[in-house]
Amino acid sequence: MYDSKAEKDYLNADYSIRSWLLTKDHKRIGILYLLGMTFFFLIGGMAAVAFRLELLTPQGDLFLSETYNKLFTIHGIVMIFFFLIPSIPASLGNFLLPIMIGARDLAFPKLNLASWYIYMIGGLFTLAAVVFGGVDTGWTFYTPYSSTYSNSSVMLAALGAFISGFSSILTGLNFIVTVHKMRAPGLTWFRLPLFVWAHYAASLIMVLGTPVVAVTILLVGIERMFKIGIFDPAIGGDPLLFQHLFWFYSHPAVYIMILPSMGVMSEIIPCFSRKRIFGYKFIAFSSLAIAGLGFLVWGHHMFTSSQSPYAGFVFSFLSFLVAVPSAVKVFNWTATLFRGSVSLRAPMIYAVGFLGLFTIGGLTGLFLATLGTDVHLHDTYFVVAHFHYIMVGGAIMGYLGGLHFWWPKMTGRMYSEKYATLAAVMIFIGFNLTFMPQFILGYLGMPRRYHFYPAEFQVLNVLSTAGASVLGLGYLLPIIYFIWSLFYGKKAGNNPWQATGLEWTTASPPPTENFHTTPIVKEGAYAYAEKEYT
Amino acid sequence: MARTSKPASFEHAHQFETADQQYRAASMGMWVFLVTEIMFFGGLFTGFAVYNSLYGDLFRQASHTLSIVLGSINTAVLIGSSLTMALAVRAGKMGKRGQIFATLIATMILGTVFLGIKAYEYHHKWVDHLIPGTSFAFEGLEGMAEKNIQLFFSFYFVMTGFHALHMVIGMGLMIWLLVKNARHQFSTEYSTPIEMVGLYWHFVDLVWIYLFPILYLIGRHG
Repeated sequence: MYDSKAEKDYLNADYSIRSWLLTKDHKRIGILYLLGMTFFFLIGGMAAVAFRLELLTPQGDLFLSETYNKLFTIHGIVMIFFFLIPSIPASLGNFLLPIMIGARDLAFPKLNLASWYIYMIGGLFTLAAVVFGGVDTGWTFYTPYSSTYSNSSVMLAALGAFISGFSSILTGLNFIVTVHKMRAPGLTWFRLPLFVWAHYAASLIMVLGTPVVAVTILLVGIERMFKIGIFDPAIGGDPLLFQHLFWFYSHPAVYIMILPSMGVMSEIIPCFSRKRIFGYKFIAFSSLAIAGLGFLVWGHHMFTSSQSPYAGFVFSFLSFLVAVPSAVKVFNWTATLFRGSVSLRAPMIYAVGFLGLFTIGGLTGLFLATLGTDVHLHDTYFVVAHFHYIMVGGAIMGYLGGLHFWWPKMTGRMYSEKYATLAAVMIFIGFNLTFMPQFILGYLGMPRRYHFYPAEFQVLNVLSTAGASVLGLGYLLPIIYFIWSLFYGKKAGNNPWQATGLEWTTASPPPTENFHTTPIVKEGAYAYAEKEYT
Repeated sequence: MARTSKPASFEHAHQFETADQQYRAASMGMWVFLVTEIMFFGGLFTGFAVYNSLYGDLFRQASHTLSIVLGSINTAVLIGSSLTMALAVRAGKMGKRGQIFATLIATMILGTVFLGIKAYEYHHKWVDHLIPGTSFAFEGLEGMAEKNIQLFFSFYFVMTGFHALHMVIGMGLMIWLLVKNARHQFSTEYSTPIEMVGLYWHFVDLVWIYLFPILYLIGRHG
């Protein structure tokens, strides 16, 4: 069979730094993103460690409230703009999309590299904001505090977010054109892996939504810098206009974060059930439905902001509607498991964890979409728990599952199954211990973004911080055993999981041009035999 | 290969199978980019629409401080520049270096005229204390009304400012095209960059065609 040691692959093609920093190879760019994102994840995680420590006691005794505000703000900005939004698309998506469609690279390789540089520069501006005293507006930059009254490094942080937005837009553009124009012969839309459909839908959102938040953040910056009023009530400006413009992107943004993760699910679950996915077209179309409906629900972030109750009714109804395509996916994945031959390897542990945690997160979203209950739950820890169940229990579990699934393909090495299982279990337990108490805290009325709280909430907060410690340790494990695997891991071979998909037909790691000859596709995706594969 | 006045035969980029695939990908890429630009300016237009509905009378008053003559001249100039740009695309498809040069230069001249007139208008706003900020003053209004009318000017400067920035970027792209043209990189086989910049320039023109009425022509009928 193919011996990757003897052949040149994308990793050993050239070892110089220059060849990495000036690469046009989508696989290398995916790795560059992976490194950058891991760095930012650690920064955002450190902020979380800090404020979870503060929350061990009811009093605000570790940090001043101004400092506490800066901690949760930078946690949000870094985790959302510099980790979750790029996460799967920029690392796994960049690496796999061309290979999955049988292409040699994305449509615009130089633009892809530019995207990475733009991302890193945006990250630098954001780090500068931290260095120069931090920003305390919350990641949501609400006006007029952000535009007029805050004395913190709003400009730098806003610039960082603004710049990183272009990275997202250009990546989305690249993906859309690639999927439309560069599929291999025989690869019709309905033969595409669902990972590709998911990234296509997420790219639509990236391309349509991000420019709106870009111009909005720009207006805040302009208002701050030139003292011209746009959202300033003192000259008749409307703070609610900011909120509408901000959430018009930032709600669809959460679908940018979850759709690729759902795409990963659709790849892992069939492989580790040895079964064709159930309801391929339903899953494909539900991705598009989520992208479309996702643009219509932004007002559910503003139920208590004095928007008209009639607008509230409409947004509430549409928010219920957008839950449906997500539920369709969960049912289809579950049906794929039914009568499958399930093996709980590390990627599958993450996948099954995703199914449960995403469902909890999604269901709790319905309480928030209900006007009456939202009045009580808005700005409480219930909201915090809801979105962490989706973004961490959902999106990040999907990211880790995908990382484990495709690690052998990207590096040619297997990781330690024992430590991977341990990490997955630690993450699952730690995650639930961190965030389940927060549902209760929110229901009991503990507000978010406060560094002190009534004494009766302490037990739940201590549980949450304990969970966060386990979760943090769980996240550190993969960093260790993945790096270890690069040197000592077993050689993976082309297809260690016996999975279907074009990426598994080429070497691990793949050659720079992905395929020695352009593949010709003759059948649909997920052609797993019903019987045991040998 | 001997260096002649004939352009080198065109080789498509390695990630594509054919030159035609490359052309279709580039076209789609530019159209998708223009959609993102629509969303970008769309945010500004939305904000303007909201404030126009809140402060309609004040916005009408503010709009009348803009020179309809200069605005109309600029509109004609920009539409003219779209014509010269379209001619540049045509020259590109015919592979005529000289014509490519002339039409691109003409487009840039017209673009510069537009920006010059805009600079003149901006200067007058400055003289008349109509730039939002601490020295803003609108004759004939006081109190909250004088504050609210500032919003029109905030949007005027941000919207025309970003439009002007996009024009400058467009003209920078034209310089890039002139360099490529001087290097014999265009031929009847390949003039895609000219066409893509053409699309971009027409879009910039289109944004102005929306900006002009909503900023300059409020309540000018009758």
